[in-house]
Amino acid sequence: MLTIDEVIKLAKLARISLTEAEVGRFQKDLAAILDYIDELKKVDTTGLDPVSQVTGLVNVQRDDRAKVADNHKQIFSQAPEMKDGYYKVKAIL
Amino acid sequence: MKTFESSTEYRPVIGFEIHVELATKSKMFSPAPNNPDEKTPNTNIDEIVTAQPGTLPVANKEAIRLAAMVGLAINCTIDEWSKFDRKHYFYPDLPKGYQISQYDEPISKNGYLDIIVPGSLSASSDSASLPEGENNKVLRSKRIGITRAHLEEDAGKNVHPEGLSYSLVDYNRAGCALLEIVTEPEIESGEEARVFLTELRNIIRYLGASDCDMEKGTMRCEPNISVRKPGETTLPKYKCEVKNINSFKFAEAAINYEIARQTEILMEGKIPKQVTMGWDEKNGVTVEQRSKEEANDYRYFPEPDLPVLQFTKEYLDKLRAEMPELPAQKSARFKSEYKLDDAAVENLINWKELTFYFEEVVSEIDEWLAQDSGDDLKASATDRQQLIKAAANWCLQDFSAMLNAKLINPQDSAVTPENFAELLKLIQRGKISGSAAKTVFKTMFEKGGEPLSIIDDLGLHQVSDESAIESAIDKVILANAKAVTDYKAGAEKSFGFLVGQTMKELKGKGNPQVINTQLKKKLKD
Amino acid sequence: MALEFLSLTELRKLLDSKKVSSVELAKHFLSRIKNNGGNSYITVCEDGALKQAGDADAFINSPGDNPLLCGIPYAAKDLFCTDGVRTTAASKILDQYLPPYNSTVINKLNGQKSVLLGKTNLDQFAHGSSGETSAYGATKNPWDETRMPGGSSSGSCAAVAAGLASWATATETGGSIRVPAALTGVSGWKPTYGRVSRYGVIAMASSLDSIGAVAHSVEDLARLAEVFSGRDEKDSTTGHQGVPAYAADLDADLEGVKVGVPKQYFIDGMNPGVKARVMESIKELEKLGAVIVDVDLPNTKYGSLVYAIVCPSEVASNLARYDGIRYGHVTSDAKDLLQVYEKSRAEGFGNEAKRRILTGTYVLSAGYADEYYKKAQRVRGLIVREFAEVFKQVDVLACPTTADVAPKLGHAADDPLFGYVTDQLNIPGSLAGLPALSIPCGFAKPADDDVELPVGLQIIGPQWGEQKILNVGYAYQQATDWHKRHPRAAE
Repeated sequence: MLTIDEVIKLAKLARISLTEAEVGRFQKDLAAILDYIDELKKVDTTGLDPVSQVTGLVNVQRDDRAKVADNHKQIFSQAPEMKDGYYKVKAIL
Repeated sequence: MKTFESSTEYRPVIGFEIHVELATKSKMFSPAPNNPDEKTPNTNIDEIVTAQPGTLPVANKEAIRLAAMVGLAINCTIDEWSKFDRKHYFYPDLPKGYQISQYDEPISKNGYLDIIVPGSLSASSDSASLPEGENNKVLRSKRIGITRAHLEEDAGKNVHPEGLSYSLVDYNRAGCALLEIVTEPEIESGEEARVFLTELRNIIRYLGASDCDMEKGTMRCEPNISVRKPGETTLPKYKCEVKNINSFKFAEAAINYEIARQTEILMEGKIPKQVTMGWDEKNGVTVEQRSKEEANDYRYFPEPDLPVLQFTKEYLDKLRAEMPELPAQKSARFKSEYKLDDAAVENLINWKELTFYFEEVVSEIDEWLAQDSGDDLKASATDRQQLIKAAANWCLQDFSAMLNAKLINPQDSAVTPENFAELLKLIQRGKISGSAAKTVFKTMFEKGGEPLSIIDDLGLHQVSDESAIESAIDKVILANAKAVTDYKAGAEKSFGFLVGQTMKELKGKGNPQVINTQLKKKLKD
Repeated sequence: MALEFLSLTELRKLLDSKKVSSVELAKHFLSRIKNNGGNSYITVCEDGALKQAGDADAFINSPGDNPLLCGIPYAAKDLFCTDGVRTTAASKILDQYLPPYNSTVINKLNGQKSVLLGKTNLDQFAHGSSGETSAYGATKNPWDETRMPGGSSSGSCAAVAAGLASWATATETGGSIRVPAALTGVSGWKPTYGRVSRYGVIAMASSLDSIGAVAHSVEDLARLAEVFSGRDEKDSTTGHQGVPAYAADLDADLEGVKVGVPKQYFIDGMNPGVKARVMESIKELEKLGAVIVDVDLPNTKYGSLVYAIVCPSEVASNLARYDGIRYGHVTSDAKDLLQVYEKSRAEGFGNEAKRRILTGTYVLSAGYADEYYKKAQRVRGLIVREFAEVFKQVDVLACPTTADVAPKLGHAADDPLFGYVTDQLNIPGSLAGLPALSIPCGFAKPADDDVELPVGLQIIGPQWGEQKILNVGYAYQQATDWHKRHPRAAE
């Protein structure tokens, strides 16, 4: 089982603040999930390549043609805050 | 400011991480325009660049071609299979929360670049001495290993208004095609670093893969520096990365500064901290940057949205066939074929546009010689050598000065290679004096036009007509009896004076060679 | 005749012969939604639908042929980006999100002048098999409102089952079309991975996400498959194969068609009624001429384990973009940038999303990636290979879609493994990118109540074998009428 500190570290890495209760709950949930997937370790996979895609596609590429988007206004309208055409965020230290 | 004094105690070990923004029209994974000169923030964006939910990347074919070209040019192995991976970290300039990059199967790996550096510096380097250069410098060739070169997308830019509680984010650069080149830690001085970077930049520029402008940020170099005792073969346990370097000169200075700083720490019996330093160009020092609180854990995994890349033998053969002449080959050819000296060649090669222009002038010269050489082939071979040398000189002197003053490239000037070659021909044929040619060239540069018509307009035809020159000399001899006597008594200086007077008589248009010969003959009489 | 349960061709005829207008149709559905939506919809596009219907009527009234879907009202799972129309993914973090573009499928539907009634409910970010993880409340199963419709395409399936749309778009990562289709008694198509563009559909797990549809019949699905399918330059993972005329080539003759029955799909403890219905329907296929072959898929049991690693990994990655900077919810309670990230995400994501993000972050983190992620990918390879071998022997596989009928609402809430277990009969095929259908094949009672609930027959095909599964499903529906049964509440 992951320790409380490990759960907190994971949440930091994933940029999600957790309440104390959540830390406890996810500690239990993760333990259940890790327990569940533990059985995979028993599978003999020697000589098997990892498969991350199933389409068999290779070299799907587009020609280098630039297109100016016509939806800038709509894109910007979704931003919580903008200033002088920039996205505004709290100071990056 | 500290200065680096070469220490016999420690030797530097330097590796580079170099980022080059590829000169594609659109971004790496979206059709939004790529324009490093764009000043208005968030102009080159679309739903993909801003990572709107549901958007997907599509790889730019040209970026992949350019990346492979660079890989081949720096002698890398390109495996048949390559893929993209996601690299995760959170930062406002990274819209998706991950960067599409390449982790364990980069396009290119295990390459090298041979550089030519002055002097023999390290016994440990596998350098071979080259013949001495013209300036009697000892030159040696050194091979710098390239670990890998992989393709990824650039991040946006964060702007931090001073003293304010917020930052601003501009995604114009986000998603642009970026080639990351990583070298082996085999560079051993600031000078080697500068030479290596220059060579690498030239190659990439000659391939047309990027303009590699350090100031604009289309090329960014981050050296990793540590120092160790001579003879040690293992890498030191620490290294310092230096960021914010925006010219090769600063790269050299920052490296030298770091070597001195780290040596000093080691001399005190301590071990330098592994930190990221920033180059402070105003004060010429490196400054420790805030160290990151948490260790990076990028959680790479294969990018499911992009099918794998396959580099077939046919594709790579095609790229090899398309490979233009690279700077090292060009420079060797300029020396052997054109007999240009080392310094001239280096100066030309380092300015790609000028080199290309120069070669156009050379082909104009060749065309002209081919038409004119019917009567005397031998003479034209010598002509060629002289004309090419003159072309190089004009390119590197007057022309360079004028271009630099206007901050433009030769292709953007009013002087066409044809007119340039024509002017050289007129000089060589004695139709115009060297000094008058400067005036003509200036007019060609400022207003354009053919040299002959400018010469006509300005009345700058050189007088080579022997009878006209003879009558001028006669006048000068008559009017300067004392100088004539002095010369005859052995005062060589007076000859120059008499030449000058004759030229004045001819309003500066006299052919100096004819004047010389004629005057010598007259004074003997 | 009830307009809400008519097939696409029937609606086409009514519209083309001007017996009904698109506006009338739209109003009919909008009023049904208003009367008893069962929380199927998150957003109802009343004005938009009437405008699109008006445009469609004008088009129909002008000379020339009308495209198949012109003027026909449909619903879109709220995971499809719709230009200027609120798209939430059933999350708080996208509560007010107005996409600046259309997904490729929506563009195709607009091109046919379809009428979008609204955006349907789902498990938040499609994370779930119950429909309960929605930030907008669970969708109710129209067959029994105390029960879940299954997920994640809960709203789309419930809406079609209840006659709140003629058909609906849906998505599946590991059972999200098949499971709710089975539990609500509608026909669902989960295409071959790469058959339909994912562009503009909010990503769950990118190497598994498939875009499909639910409708009243396999015939309708075949017509929709023709519209949906095809290479999209904006989605590099779409296949370059041409799109067959699925509907025109529908063939009810099963003579000699080999149907494999994998014994691993009839798991211990499954609802006996479900098992009986599926066995009966396999008998039916045999009666129609199919050759039934017992097949063995021993690695089936690993499917959910692989999925429990691959899916959260890709989820954690795909949800990294929600940072409160360019769009979506931003916390009003942040002292610094780090808190903007941590709190916006904490406030915006539900439990299931957080659980998957943490799981995914863990299995990909330094030191664990080989043990978990790489291992899972290798086992995925094993499963892909096993299916490929089986499809050398048979044309399609027939098996149950789920092991049980619809559970009670609230059943999923506190079980982190609920989905992995519920979807275990769907996940292996998803990992291999295979196409599948779930079609109604009768009714069975749950263990806890005396109520008849729909059972789904699953038909799985080889990669790109859409026509094969459609043919088998079509033949079955020509011979049976389970797909014509509707919940009493909807009538």
